[in-house]
Amino acid sequence: MTCDETRLLLHAYLDDELDAAQSASLLAHLGACNACAARYADHAQLRTALAQPALYRRAPDALRARWRATAPVAAPASTTARPRRGPLAFALAAGFAGALLLTSPAWIGSLRAPGTADDALVAQAVSGHLRSLQPQHLMDVASTDRHTVKPWFEGRLDFSPEVKDLAGQGFPLAGGRLDVVGGRTVAALVYRRHLHVINVFQWPGEAAADPQPYRQHGYTAIEWSGGGMRYVAVSDLNEAELRQFVREYREGAPLR
Amino acid sequence: MSADSFAAAPTDAVTMARFEAVVLPWFDAAYNLARWLVRNDADAQDVVQESLLRALRYFGSFRGGDARVWLLAIVRNTCYTLHARHAPESQRESLDDEVLALPDEGPSPEARTLLAVDIGSLQQALERLPPPLREVIVLRELEECSYKEIAAVTGQKIGTVMSRLARARERLRADLSPPSTEAGRHDVR
Repeated sequence: MTCDETRLLLHAYLDDELDAAQSASLLAHLGACNACAARYADHAQLRTALAQPALYRRAPDALRARWRATAPVAAPASTTARPRRGPLAFALAAGFAGALLLTSPAWIGSLRAPGTADDALVAQAVSGHLRSLQPQHLMDVASTDRHTVKPWFEGRLDFSPEVKDLAGQGFPLAGGRLDVVGGRTVAALVYRRHLHVINVFQWPGEAAADPQPYRQHGYTAIEWSGGGMRYVAVSDLNEAELRQFVREYREGAPLR
Repeated sequence: MSADSFAAAPTDAVTMARFEAVVLPWFDAAYNLARWLVRNDADAQDVVQESLLRALRYFGSFRGGDARVWLLAIVRNTCYTLHARHAPESQRESLDDEVLALPDEGPSPEARTLLAVDIGSLQQALERLPPPLREVIVLRELEECSYKEIAAVTGQKIGTVMSRLARARERLRADLSPPSTEAGRHDVR
């Protein structure tokens, strides 16, 4: 591989878009060429720097609120809103629909083709995940320290949830909260992967044998059980990464 | 679409709920792209508002697939139609090979100094990139889109995405290198 080729392909390599043969050839060149190795180091540094969350522009809450009003409204009203700013009637409809979605988690399940009771529970977990992404809904206890998160649940649940530290595996703990799945109060742990949120719901019980990943609207839910507890992990991560998370979680040392 | 037409044909609750579940999770992604493309809050809010209205209008024709890519493509087009001054077409010179070309060799590799990658410098360097380069960097580095997804959002070939990313990063690298070796590079807008 020449230096000119390397200048282009090292980006595809950084982005994990290069096939194995070309990757090997690129790495061989980087090992032999100081100039290209230095260029690669610069771009790797640049990539890391661009991942700083401060560069990500999150939507202002006021704008979000227009599209995620939560109060149910009975009748549409006439509007004087500027069209470009979004018709009020539409906002009201959004509010009503939003309220339906927010107040009846089971209702999402009913949109699907009739499935098993287990699927319904997992669907509720997915809607719990969606709900958790609303402003101010993600966490009751925000902490990256499992020794803070685990005790927080004491007295709030009739079981002691398992909280694992997976920061070393690239899934830092962000916090926890109480949620409701299938009419019972469950623990929801919040982990992060880059900018993605992973919710892990857990409660006493057993999952069906060999549960299949559940997909809905770009979200994936993976269910498993162990130690008398039932777990559902939900995220918009791609399925491979969510599987990796589940594997790390199952293998991670529990906090006793 | 005017307010009146919404009142006359209100979106039904099931569609709205679907829209909310499928499209609205990407609200931040939409805003992030719009904000980086138009470079100010007020315009970005207008773009997102208009994009979501368009998305809702076309939602009936959305046949599954990746809702994020679908929404980001709408946001991108809305940016360029509402704010023609940000459009690549208005910056024709930025598409010249000369401007997009990979910069010449910088400092000698042995004398490599760490790049200035504090938030302020990065932000300015990103904002100085011409829009065709800025959009690929934002989609790749901030949205973590794959090349295929970027190609779908921007309507380009994957090869174009790859070469633009390389150019964008070389430009940033040059821009963030210590000034002694990079005099004269900052005047390109």
